[in-house]
Amino acid sequence: ETIFPLNGSSMADTGVVEALLRRVEKVDDGVDSLEVATSLELDHQVIVGAVKSLQAVGDVISAELRSSKHWELTDEGREIAEHGSHEARVFGSIPVEGLPQSELMKLSFGKIGFSKAMSNKWIRLDKAHEGGPRIFRTVESIEDQVREKLLLLQKGNASQLEEKEKNELKKRKLLSEVTVKTYWIMKGNSFSTTVTKQETELTAEMITNGSWKEKKFKPYNFEAMGVAPDCGHLHPLMKVRTQFRQIFLEMGFTEMPTNNFIESSFWNFDSLFQPQQHPARDQHDTFFLSDPALAHDFPQDYLERVKKVHSEGGFGSQGYKYDWKIEEAKKNILRTHTTAVSARMLYKLAQQKFTPVKYFSIDRVFRNETLDATHLAEFHQIEGVVADYGLTLGDLMGVLHQFFTKLGITKLRFKPAYNPYTEPSMEVFSYHEGLKKWVEVGNSGIFRPEMLLPMGLPEDVSVIAWGLSLERPTMIKYGINNIRELVGHKVNLQMVYDSPICRLDS
Amino acid sequence: MPTVGVKRDLLFKALGRTYTDEEFDELCFEFGLELDEITSEKEIISREQGDSKASGASDIILYKIDVPANRYDLLCLEGLVRGLQVFKNKLEAPRYRRVSPVNGEPQKLIITKETAAVRPFAVAAVLRNITFTQERYDSFIELQEKLHQNICRKRSLVAIGTHDLDTISGPFTYTAKAPGDICFRPLNQTKEYTATQLMSLYKTDSHLRHYLHIIEDKPVYPVIYDSNGIVLSMPPIINGDHSKITLKTKNVFIECTATDVTKAKIVLDMMVTMFSEYCSQPFTVEEAEVVYPDGKTCVYPTLAVSVQHCFVLCPPDSESTEKIAQLLTRMCLRSRATGVGDEIEVEIPPTRSDVIHACDIMEDAAVAYGFNNITRTTPRTYTVAHQFPLNKLTELLRQDLAAAGFTEALNFALCSQEDIADKLGKKISETKAAHISNPKTAEFQVARTTLLPGLLKTIAANRKMPLPLKLFEISDVVLQDETKDVGARNSRRFCAVYYNKSPGFEVIHGLLDRTMQLLDVKSARGEGYHIQAADDPTFFPGRCAEIFVQGKSVGRLGVLHPDVINRFELTMPCSALEMDVEPFL
Repeated sequence: ETIFPLNGSSMADTGVVEALLRRVEKVDDGVDSLEVATSLELDHQVIVGAVKSLQAVGDVISAELRSSKHWELTDEGREIAEHGSHEARVFGSIPVEGLPQSELMKLSFGKIGFSKAMSNKWIRLDKAHEGGPRIFRTVESIEDQVREKLLLLQKGNASQLEEKEKNELKKRKLLSEVTVKTYWIMKGNSFSTTVTKQETELTAEMITNGSWKEKKFKPYNFEAMGVAPDCGHLHPLMKVRTQFRQIFLEMGFTEMPTNNFIESSFWNFDSLFQPQQHPARDQHDTFFLSDPALAHDFPQDYLERVKKVHSEGGFGSQGYKYDWKIEEAKKNILRTHTTAVSARMLYKLAQQKFTPVKYFSIDRVFRNETLDATHLAEFHQIEGVVADYGLTLGDLMGVLHQFFTKLGITKLRFKPAYNPYTEPSMEVFSYHEGLKKWVEVGNSGIFRPEMLLPMGLPEDVSVIAWGLSLERPTMIKYGINNIRELVGHKVNLQMVYDSPICRLDS
Repeated sequence: MPTVGVKRDLLFKALGRTYTDEEFDELCFEFGLELDEITSEKEIISREQGDSKASGASDIILYKIDVPANRYDLLCLEGLVRGLQVFKNKLEAPRYRRVSPVNGEPQKLIITKETAAVRPFAVAAVLRNITFTQERYDSFIELQEKLHQNICRKRSLVAIGTHDLDTISGPFTYTAKAPGDICFRPLNQTKEYTATQLMSLYKTDSHLRHYLHIIEDKPVYPVIYDSNGIVLSMPPIINGDHSKITLKTKNVFIECTATDVTKAKIVLDMMVTMFSEYCSQPFTVEEAEVVYPDGKTCVYPTLAVSVQHCFVLCPPDSESTEKIAQLLTRMCLRSRATGVGDEIEVEIPPTRSDVIHACDIMEDAAVAYGFNNITRTTPRTYTVAHQFPLNKLTELLRQDLAAAGFTEALNFALCSQEDIADKLGKKISETKAAHISNPKTAEFQVARTTLLPGLLKTIAANRKMPLPLKLFEISDVVLQDETKDVGARNSRRFCAVYYNKSPGFEVIHGLLDRTMQLLDVKSARGEGYHIQAADDPTFFPGRCAEIFVQGKSVGRLGVLHPDVINRFELTMPCSALEMDVEPFL
């Protein structure tokens, strides 16, 4: 037995489908589904089911939905078609010797059937009969025309009755006129009178024995979603970090070792010519350590030169002219910028014969700041540094242009700014097409001679540098408004699962 | 970055033209300022205290302008206008002159040796025949406040006192006395107080209470008297009411007391250069003498003009030396080409204390030229890039751990002591943690010594997610290490957790095996890796193993102790792995 699979759970009997197809084969201009149902003596809904199942397998048939007026038996009409009209049943229930009227009235059809049979003159009533009124047949036999008409209608042969007859039956509430939806069925482009079973899936067995060649397969529902793969995910901020790393590497920048969160004030501030009274060195802005509280082992000659340039000047500078204290420089802190590492690297560079370098780093920095939706006590700083002979402001802007182009940002402009360890200092702005305004995207500058010369770098070497945060571009890239959803344990893992790959330039 | 609020219409009047907001914003950008906000007094009060308080407040438009932190000469309307007018070539930068009094001796401020214990320096000057209006007066007061908040480091380094000279008579004495011995009527009070009483009076003053700590626990407090014993001020807290400035004041005595004399000189120069504009002889300042305890006498204000000869090393777009000199002159740095090579001679006025090196001069040339007019070039620096080996390994491992079905988390490097000790069933003293001395909340007490608490907190915050949760992190922890100059070092760790209805030790163990496979370490005692039972209070007894690589311990894995699970507000079994990454370099 072959089973015709349907889209839904119901299945149409193959016999019905094939019978339907044979009917369709015989007619060129199509056939009505109700007519087919009548001729096959099946309920119309069975044929509708067969039509739908054929539609699901492709272009076997074409079926056009039509609506038409149609006579249908009421419940009472169907009862009559089955058991006969009330008057006929009254006639049938009366024996030759007659029946007391009271007995007849006990029957369900008695009352209505009595008056109708009386007017048809099929029976008579003997009111004066001894023992009460009694009913007798007046004819030998009757013809139950009502039932016959109803049976004709039930079989769909409405055309054999006159309108007047149908209206009379309607008046007796045995018949009602209803609108019926039917299909006009014609042959499809791939019409065939035979149907085969549809397989749901290709199996190993079918591949082995080659049976797939003969089989038809149930179509897939391409509207549904697939099953999510069982996989791990990288964190979006780290995905962006990977891209920034890649950009620096493409530009020939060497990665600095920034795996030292704890730094001395000396390397974080003093070596960068940031005076000891600078607000950034306040308890309010920086995390100081209680244990280990102080750093030791500074390069002594260098430390003396740093002290001198702060307190007295030198290297062409007037200095800040204040009482520089080693105690301040020794204080350990959580580094406030990765520039502390840049300072260590440039100092190291200055201790050997100078060769040009390009450095970068992306790592955590810490600020004892008031927290809000976009600020945390720790964030990632991206930093780039180039040291070479005679680098200019034009070079810095040129490098920044190349760097930001790789991020998909081409419209840049620069604003004069202040930073204790760079001169000139420039804030980098890019034009945001969405916001229709210039937004700050980073900071940059040329390191001051007061920072570089005490290290021992040649006088004609300049060092250009820039920095930006990793979190900000990531939040923009992934449309995140609250930084806590991105960084830290309150991360929304669903967001991590769902975040797309990171292509910064698209 | 300090923000200066100026009335827009007053500013435009002084600039001699009006600007649209956009035009003014553009001018600021070019000059290195930032038009931060356009508002009004009414709007500010309404925002800070509610609409009801704001009714009746002025709705005159205010520009809030961000000024670079080292440009004290731009902290008031007078300075901003002067700077911008010179920049736009509409005004020649003034030359400030120190003058002797027309008749008689200069005002004297005598410093006694007692001040050495609390606030040893003082400088002074006189603004003669000044004309105040309400606006000028407001700006005069506001500039003192801005200087106090910035260069004066909230009055700790320098405090400014300004007095109506006609109400007092010199010579003035700057001394220091025990708080009980100082008694005067302070500004805007109706009766006299001793310094001791004042300190307790101001404990609740929203403004002054921030400065009390500067002298509070000193044995003596600084105080300045006139020759009749009238108190001018008790720096850095409050002035006397007697000598207060009014709109009618014609002659102003300015004193600055300090712990940093360089800054005191700068602050005094700022006050007098900004407001000498309103003297009958504009831009002249009457000198005052300061006599130090050792008898040495100094004359103030300094108003030093330093003349620098510098060579234009890399002019923007190779502009001529003459052009550079013109550019600098627009930045209030009068300059001329000397004709000796590329040398220029630059006059640095007392208003530009930020210029301390030739590079500061060259920056101004670039600003005047316009940063955005400079041609962008590409340096020819040839270099070959290297990755930091530890980061390279980390990057490679992360990819493959995600491929192994684990999701990457990213947690804070700072946390509470509880997170790394108590909650894991350990003592803080055993952790080798670095401690922070000034955390604002418990979240920042220590640098983490383990990645595990962060991952457990990540699970706790994501309990609604379908199980199992498989997380990992590769990041740095911080450990005390005496061999390092700062006494601590970072250590790169790999941590992973598996959280489900069953502990899944085999899953975490499988991840270890996979990790070792990725690191090309075979499973073998001796040369390879193996695990062996260990005791650790973080883990369920009998469910913890130590990981050995070439005989050295690199970490642990196991099923977490139910107490640990509870302390992190979790409800399901959990297995975890944490190990060092650096041994695999």
